[in-house]
Amino acid sequence: MTDAHLDIRQVTKTFPTPEGGVVVALDSVDLAIAEGEFFVMLGPSGCGKTSLLRCIAGLEYPDSGEILLDGSRIDDIPAYARPVNTVFQSYALFPHMSVAQNVAFGLEMERLPKNEIKSRVAAALEQVKLTGLDRRKPTQLSGGQQQRVALARALAKQPKVLLLDEPLSALDLKLRRGMQVELKRLQRETGITFVFVTHDQEEAMTMGDRIAVFNEGKIVQVGSPQEIYRRPVNGFVADFIGETNLIKVTVGSGGFIFPGGGVLARELLAEDCEVPAAGECLLAVRPEDFELVDTDAAVVGEVVDVIFTGGLIRLHVRAGDQEIVAALPSHGVVVPAVGDQTRLRPITKAARTVGS
Amino acid sequence: MSKVRAPKSPGRPGQASSWLATPTLVFLILVILLPLLITVVYSFLSQPSLGTGVKWVFSTDAYRQIFVQEKLDGTTAFDTRYLKVLWNSFYYAGIATITTLLLGIPVAMWIATRPVRFRALLVLAVTLPFWTSVLIRTYAVRQILDETGPIGGFLKIIGVGNSYQILYTPWATIIGLTYTFIPFMILPVYASAERFDFRYAEAGYDLGAKRWTVLRRIVIPGIRPGIIAGIALVFIPGLGSFLQPDMLGGGKTNMIANVIANNFGQARNWPFGSALSVFLLIFTVLFVLMVTTGVRSRGDQVRLI
Repeated sequence: MTDAHLDIRQVTKTFPTPEGGVVVALDSVDLAIAEGEFFVMLGPSGCGKTSLLRCIAGLEYPDSGEILLDGSRIDDIPAYARPVNTVFQSYALFPHMSVAQNVAFGLEMERLPKNEIKSRVAAALEQVKLTGLDRRKPTQLSGGQQQRVALARALAKQPKVLLLDEPLSALDLKLRRGMQVELKRLQRETGITFVFVTHDQEEAMTMGDRIAVFNEGKIVQVGSPQEIYRRPVNGFVADFIGETNLIKVTVGSGGFIFPGGGVLARELLAEDCEVPAAGECLLAVRPEDFELVDTDAAVVGEVVDVIFTGGLIRLHVRAGDQEIVAALPSHGVVVPAVGDQTRLRPITKAARTVGS
Repeated sequence: MSKVRAPKSPGRPGQASSWLATPTLVFLILVILLPLLITVVYSFLSQPSLGTGVKWVFSTDAYRQIFVQEKLDGTTAFDTRYLKVLWNSFYYAGIATITTLLLGIPVAMWIATRPVRFRALLVLAVTLPFWTSVLIRTYAVRQILDETGPIGGFLKIIGVGNSYQILYTPWATIIGLTYTFIPFMILPVYASAERFDFRYAEAGYDLGAKRWTVLRRIVIPGIRPGIIAGIALVFIPGLGSFLQPDMLGGGKTNMIANVIANNFGQARNWPFGSALSVFLLIFTVLFVLMVTTGVRSRGDQVRLI
C-alpha cells in the first residue's frame, strides 16, 4: 500500500532485560493506517502494542525498520518535532499547571501568538466539554475530567495522528462507555487519525474502524471488527476476541467427530476455511452460535451448569473430555436442567477451523 | 494461667505510647530552648568592667551598639559596620546557595535516573564527607587551595603559578561553603527527583518541548519541594557559618558568626555577642517565614515550620 497515511515498515524493537537477556517487543511489524481512520491496536499486555505506539510518538526509537507519515520518514526525528501527539495512560497532566496552562503548553511550544493560543485552548476545552474548569489544577479534577484535559491538550495541537495509550483503562465501566462514544464523536468531527491501544477486546470492537491484533511482538490479524470476530485467522484471535469454544475434533469421512461422539457434517462448516484431509483439528464455535437439536447433534453430553444471564441462558455441557459453553436465547426454548442429557449443534456456517 | 486483658484504649497497631518521646523532648528543651533563653536574657544585660561574663543590670546598650558608634570625643554616629557584616553573611550564604543549586541539581538528577541498585551507593557517596569532622575537612580544603598545594603546584609547573592566590580570599570562603553544604542540597533534591514521574517529561517532549524547555518548565517545577528544602538547608546554616570565613577566608571576609564568636572570646563582650545572635536569629526567622508563605501561596507540599 503506497497511499498509506501512517506506514510502518518492518519495525523491530528489542529491550534488554535486567537478567542480561533480550525481549523482542516488536518483531518486524508491518502496518498501514489510512487517513482519518479510527485504528485500534489490541492485544494482551506485553504483546508490543504500546511499544509500537511509543515508536510512532518518538518516545522510543525502533532498532530497525521505518515509520513514514504521508510518505516521509519520521522515525529518525525527535518526538518534539513529530506532528503526532499522545494521550497517555496515566494522563501525565502537569501537576503544577492549571487545566488551561496544560492545554496551552503544546501551543506555546509552537510560539503561536497569545490570543491564538487563548482561543485554541478555549476551543479544545469546549470540544471535550470542559468549559469553566480552566483554572483548576489537575488534582482537583475527577478521573474522567483529567482524561478530558489530556485529550484537549493533545487535540489542541491539531496533530496529524492522535495516539491513545489505553486512555480509558483507569475509568469505571459507565464512564468508560460514555468516553468511548465521545471519542468516536471527536474522531469523526476532527477527522484526525486515531491510533488507539487497548487490551479490552470489547472496547476495540466498539471503537475501531479496523483492529490489529497483536501477540508476542507480531501482528496476528488486521481487519474490521466483523472480520476479526467472524473470521479469526487462528485460535489465539478466536479466543482473544469474544468468547469462543475451541473444540478439538477428529476429521472423519462423514465430517468432524466431536469429543463425546457427536458428528458435525462438513457442509455445515463456514465456507472460507481450510479443512485438513484427516487427523485432528481445532474448531472455533461462539457460544451464541449453538442451537438445541433433536437429531444430527454435534455435541452430545450432560449439562453440568445452567446460568441465567437475562436475555441468554448459558449451558455448560460436558462432551467427552471437554466442557462446551452454549448461550441460548432464554425465551422459547425448553431449558435443560443440570444432569440432563442434551444435544447441540452449531448453526450453519458458524463453526470454523482454526488450525490445530 | 494469667489472663490477657484488653488495654483501656486499644490504640492503633504500630503506634507507640507518646511517653516514649519524653526523653528526647526534655533533651531538646535543654539544648535548644534553654540556651536560646539565656542568649536573649544576656543580650539585655550589661558588660562587667572587668573580666568575662555579664553584669546583672538591665540594659539595651548591646542593641544600641549594633547601630550606633560612640566616638572618642563623646559624639555618636550611625554605625554601618555590623550591618555590613550581616550583609556579608547574607551575601556569602546566598552565593553558596546558588553554587550548591547549580552544582547540586544536576548531580541529584543524575543519581535519581540511575538504576535503583546504584542509587543507594551514590547517595552513600554524597553523605561520605559526614564521616569526618567538618574541621578536619576544612583543613584539607585549606591544604588543597594553598599555594604550596596541588593546584598551586600544578600552576607553577605550567608556569602561571606566580600570582596564584586563592586561600585567604573571598573565593576560598565561597569554595569552602559550597563544599561543606552541597550534600544538604543534593539530598533533598534527590529525594524529590526520585519521586518525580518522568512520564511528565515524556509528555513534554510529545507536546513539542525540547530538552531545556522540558527541564525548565516541567522537571524543575516538579522537584520544587526538594529545591526549596535544599535552599533552606544551605542558606540558613550558611548564614551562621564560622569556620569557612575564618580558616579559608583568612578573617578578611568576616561573617556575623565570626563577630559573635569574637565577642564571646577575645572582646569579652557577652551582651553584645548575645544581641548580635538575637539579631541574626530574627533575620533567619524572617527568611524562613518568607519562604514558607511563598510556598504556601503556591500550594506546594513543603513545610519548614
